[in-house]
Amino acid sequence: MPRERLSGWGRTAWTVADVVKTTDPDSIRSVVAESSERGVIPRGLGRSYGAAAQNAGGHVIELTSEHDPLGADAVLDPVTGLLDVASSVSIDAILRLCVPRGWFIPVTPGTRFVTVGGAIASDVHGKNHHFDGSFGQHVRSMSVMLASGEIVELSPTSNPAWFWATVGGMGLTGVILRATVAMLPIQSSRVRVETERLANFDEVCATMSSDGDDATYRYSVCWVDLLATGASMGRGVLTRGDHAEASEVKGDDPLAYDPRLTVSAPGWVPNGLLNKWTIKAFNEAWFRKAPSKRHVGIESIPAFFHPLDGVNKWNRLYGPQGFLQYQFIVPLDRTDVLQRVIERFSSAGVASFLAVLKRMGPQNLAPLSFPTEGWTLTLDMAAGLSGLPELLSEVDGMVLDAGGRHYLAKDSHVAPSAVRRGYPRFDEWMSTRNEMDPQVVWRSDLARRLGLVDPRRVS
Amino acid sequence: MKNGVGVAQNIVLFGGTSEIGQAILRRVVKPGVSRVVLVSRNIDLAETVTNPLADRFPEVDFHHVRFDAADAASMADVVSTITEEIGDIDVAIVAQGLLNEGVDYYSTPSALVEMANVNFTATMTLLYSLSAQMKAQGYGKIVLLSSVAGERVRKGNPAYGATKAGIDGFALALDHELAGTGASLLVVRPGFVTTKMTAGMKKAPFSTDADSVAMIVEKGIASDKKVVWAPGLLRWMFLILKNMPLPIWRRLPL
Repeated sequence: MPRERLSGWGRTAWTVADVVKTTDPDSIRSVVAESSERGVIPRGLGRSYGAAAQNAGGHVIELTSEHDPLGADAVLDPVTGLLDVASSVSIDAILRLCVPRGWFIPVTPGTRFVTVGGAIASDVHGKNHHFDGSFGQHVRSMSVMLASGEIVELSPTSNPAWFWATVGGMGLTGVILRATVAMLPIQSSRVRVETERLANFDEVCATMSSDGDDATYRYSVCWVDLLATGASMGRGVLTRGDHAEASEVKGDDPLAYDPRLTVSAPGWVPNGLLNKWTIKAFNEAWFRKAPSKRHVGIESIPAFFHPLDGVNKWNRLYGPQGFLQYQFIVPLDRTDVLQRVIERFSSAGVASFLAVLKRMGPQNLAPLSFPTEGWTLTLDMAAGLSGLPELLSEVDGMVLDAGGRHYLAKDSHVAPSAVRRGYPRFDEWMSTRNEMDPQVVWRSDLARRLGLVDPRRVS
Repeated sequence: MKNGVGVAQNIVLFGGTSEIGQAILRRVVKPGVSRVVLVSRNIDLAETVTNPLADRFPEVDFHHVRFDAADAASMADVVSTITEEIGDIDVAIVAQGLLNEGVDYYSTPSALVEMANVNFTATMTLLYSLSAQMKAQGYGKIVLLSSVAGERVRKGNPAYGATKAGIDGFALALDHELAGTGASLLVVRPGFVTTKMTAGMKKAPFSTDADSVAMIVEKGIASDKKVVWAPGLLRWMFLILKNMPLPIWRRLPL
């Protein structure tokens, strides 16, 4: 079995594990049976930023089917729009299969290179959370292999506790093998997008508030310039939209879909290419590029939903030291905390290439699901900045004191106590998890660091 | 586990009362650290010198383990005692050592044996035990405090230089063996460091202090480096000294 060095998308905290690439239930079963006390974790396309899908010294089962010669293992019911799909299939493959037939994935994160298994385990959200909720809410059923080797069918009605513990469960309840996802009907492969520039942070919050008109748009997200200071602090570019109707699209086939990767980031990018000055210049250009008056345009699915996927391996842009994403959520009435966090990062000279603000809708039934009603801010930063551990721990405290929490799929630094404080139903999740895996076979580096599983194997 | 911003959750210091070791702890203990283990001959003293750090980080658990730094055979047990208490060892700092300054080895040859045991034999078995643990973990960093004295052994205290030369070479080759396992070693070669160990000695050129060494070690842990020098300039000085013809070397006022 080859030992491989793994990290998350942020390329930090590398560890070595035995990696087995398979989607075959029998092979998975035998890996689990032969596993050591360091346990097993499933991995998809490795897009979670931190250490969620790696398992130092143990086994990692990689379930991907990007190069499957038979094509995507997915069957779409053209009448009901129910997609029966293997967990190893990516959203990219699903879109290629379904968009030309008039169906869209109900929730997509900022990259289409995530597997269905990963999307469920992280309970991913997208620009439509305030409108449609997160990924788990669109899963009608799934089959999961438990550590015992038994395969169980879980759904929100037949076994809700186990179903919702697996949604957002970071792969620590079992290996998701298949899922049935309710797809969204669309008339075209385009999105009608309204873009507007917002001069400062107050304007951003006011425009995106529920008493503004956010609720009338299916998709809504705001890019925020964290380096702008003074009167334009927190200025942003808000984009909102919905799937365009067939009549709005020029050309013969309104459902034509052709995502293409344009360029790859080279492997030799040094540390520090993305710094305060280069990002400041980029931010200025990005802000100026947006129309000053509200503007309506038609965009393709990749341009609107997955702009970063245009640059293959963009995570190399931070150089060999890697980077981290900081995503947290605070309650709706705590925009003061958002502002303080932005000011704190800005005064510490932390430059963020991508800072994104989104207003989230109500929480679903999964105890470890991240989204809950409130504001979520996402920013990325170089991992090697000096003083970062102290700075992040200070900001973590601000977030938790405000009743907020951190997104586990992106986390690479919070303390174990942050999960217990941020997720009030953590103990409930833990006891369901222990019920599903009493011997504590499922383990990951994230789980080890945050104490998501019992450190000792129970025999 | 280590986290994404380079902080190790579980840190172990062998030679818990070592001034350089303590200085390194002061730099690497920061938000994100959960457990620190001090392994020392004198637990009470180790506790006293660690107290200020423990006060600064109330959320960190400090553990104390007793060991005999000269007892090579006990090192595997010491390591398993630690892992039973705290789980994985993310960073291990190996700082125990003897200098035996001013000891007359002609009248007390047993001091040679003790030095070889502490600086070389027992350290070697400790490094193997730690490597075994970290190989199984799939990651981990061992920091070995070596010395420039091992670069070219000189008169005055040949025994010290020889033990450092031995353990330094051993550690580098062990690190080579560990390639691909996730575990690795960092060899630290300080010059003359003003500490209690060197109190009363005549300062050598380019002397440094424990805090400066610690700063270099912290950066070294974060990098992929195998060797760091403190101060960095010594690397180039010893490149020259090491290659100096013997007749000239012997005439140097070192």
